[in-house]
Amino acid sequence: MSAPATASAARPASRSRLRDGALLALVLGAAILWFAPAGMGRYGTYVLSLWLVMSIAVMGLNLTLGYAGQTSLAQAAFMGLGAYATAILTTTYGVNWYAAFALSGLLTFCIGILLGFPALRVRTHYLAFVTLAFSTLIWLLLRNEQWLTGGVFGIANIRRPGFFGLRLDGALAFHRFLVAVTFILALALWWLVRSPWGRAFMALRENPVRAASLGVDTRAYTLLAFAIGSAYGGFAGALYAPLVEFIDPSPFSLSQSLFLLLMVVAGGSGYLLGPFIGALLGVVLPEWLRFAGSLYLIIFASIVLILLIICPQGVSGLAERGWQALRRGRPAGGAP
Amino acid sequence: MSPVLEVHELHKAFGGIKAVNGVSFSVREGEILGIIGPNGCGKSTLFNCILGQLEPTQGTVKLDGRDVTNLRPSALNRLGVSRTFQLLQVFPELSVRENLILAGQEHQGSMLGRLFGARDAGLSGKAAQMIGFFKLGHLADAKAGGLSYGQQKLLDAAMAFMAGPRLVLLDEPAGGVNLTMLGDLKERLRAINAEQGATFVVIEHNMDFVMSLCSRVIVLAEGRMLAEGTPAEVRANPAVIEAYLGH
Repeated sequence: MSAPATASAARPASRSRLRDGALLALVLGAAILWFAPAGMGRYGTYVLSLWLVMSIAVMGLNLTLGYAGQTSLAQAAFMGLGAYATAILTTTYGVNWYAAFALSGLLTFCIGILLGFPALRVRTHYLAFVTLAFSTLIWLLLRNEQWLTGGVFGIANIRRPGFFGLRLDGALAFHRFLVAVTFILALALWWLVRSPWGRAFMALRENPVRAASLGVDTRAYTLLAFAIGSAYGGFAGALYAPLVEFIDPSPFSLSQSLFLLLMVVAGGSGYLLGPFIGALLGVVLPEWLRFAGSLYLIIFASIVLILLIICPQGVSGLAERGWQALRRGRPAGGAP
Repeated sequence: MSPVLEVHELHKAFGGIKAVNGVSFSVREGEILGIIGPNGCGKSTLFNCILGQLEPTQGTVKLDGRDVTNLRPSALNRLGVSRTFQLLQVFPELSVRENLILAGQEHQGSMLGRLFGARDAGLSGKAAQMIGFFKLGHLADAKAGGLSYGQQKLLDAAMAFMAGPRLVLLDEPAGGVNLTMLGDLKERLRAINAEQGATFVVIEHNMDFVMSLCSRVIVLAEGRMLAEGTPAEVRANPAVIEAYLGH
């Protein structure tokens, strides 16, 4: 007598299918966002642009936390490093923005590697504490080292880049530039998580001991996941600086790092599209709740709280469950 | 023929408790060696010391004559040493196929090469072969976490063989597996041993399983080696009967 397959055993791994659907969603989303600001005015366009920039930072954190299972409390600090590096390089030293963008990514990648080392000794929580200290350190540096960062007065007149002679100073032009860059970065991450590296990152999250016994170099992959995630923070900062054209230390504080973490979880940790949903909740929802005046924070917190109680896997997890329920409910010929 | 694995005077103490207390043995090419002993006699600790999961207090481990004591588990695996765990160790969120591909991918080319290479690291065929071999065909795309205990055990074993290892250490492969699957498992292990010449070391409590699978058996008690010999010799050994089999 052979052992029968249980009903639960037959549960399909629909996440991989969802991930392939994610590519289609990325292309469609980019196309819609390209034209979306029509009739939205300068401020509406700015909010959409800010959403994209935050999505990049959350994407990085999603790789670190959602895929590789490492908790970082310093994503806003990495964003700050990228923003300040870009601002200083472009305003003080007249460096081309594209070079500054690349350097910001490289800088945050390297710092990510260095910061990741202590995390190799003890996992998850230790990294959280190290990044907590780092976050505070960077914030103090940005605020107190006036000669470099301008202190609380920040850095003003950050120029927006051009594109092959095309000026991107206007809100719409820069928004479209952001759509393109975000799309490229999202595509790179899509490629990464589908590659054998992505599989190794997930193995790290689910069972590092078993992963090591299968030849997965857990040290190298831990450092890489954290460093690549941090570099996305740096990229987001390098885009944030020219978007707002003026930066000061406040958006890069520890509370902002926690907020980014919340966006990962609320959007759906470990889902490719999760960061866009999480950042939408974090950036755009407060704008929609403006009518509520000072009550908006309470309403916002309640929405997130209820969402996480209903579905700890965030909005993406909720969508996946809905999709599965829909498939089960569909009258199929093969159904028992 | 020179031994594949040599363990010399291995000790492991946890505070005052000597979990492994001077164990020496060697495993020949193509051999299936069984390690038996009562609970807490140091079998799993011995495995973990051999495999770099724990740092031995004293002693050496050699693979093909090369000292590999304290080598990291991932590095040891890439030298062709594979293992299964006493408790279930699959990746529950990945499908059966993905679990198997993961189990082999780190042996394919360089790290950078894997990033830009094929998504399956060229292992889809090998994974399909393993799925067929371990009779998991109807579950290939199911999440590993949804499989029954016995099926996960089979997957766990299949993963240990994905990279075509020279030496496989199996920690209680039969634990919690029903009789039908147990027969399947034994038959699969024998086939791999015969066809690929893989060498096995098996920790097991199921005496029938050990005695019918292994060519040589080591008995541990309280961290020491109590006896060594063919299954028949071990079965007849009075000290073994006293310490273990008689109970």
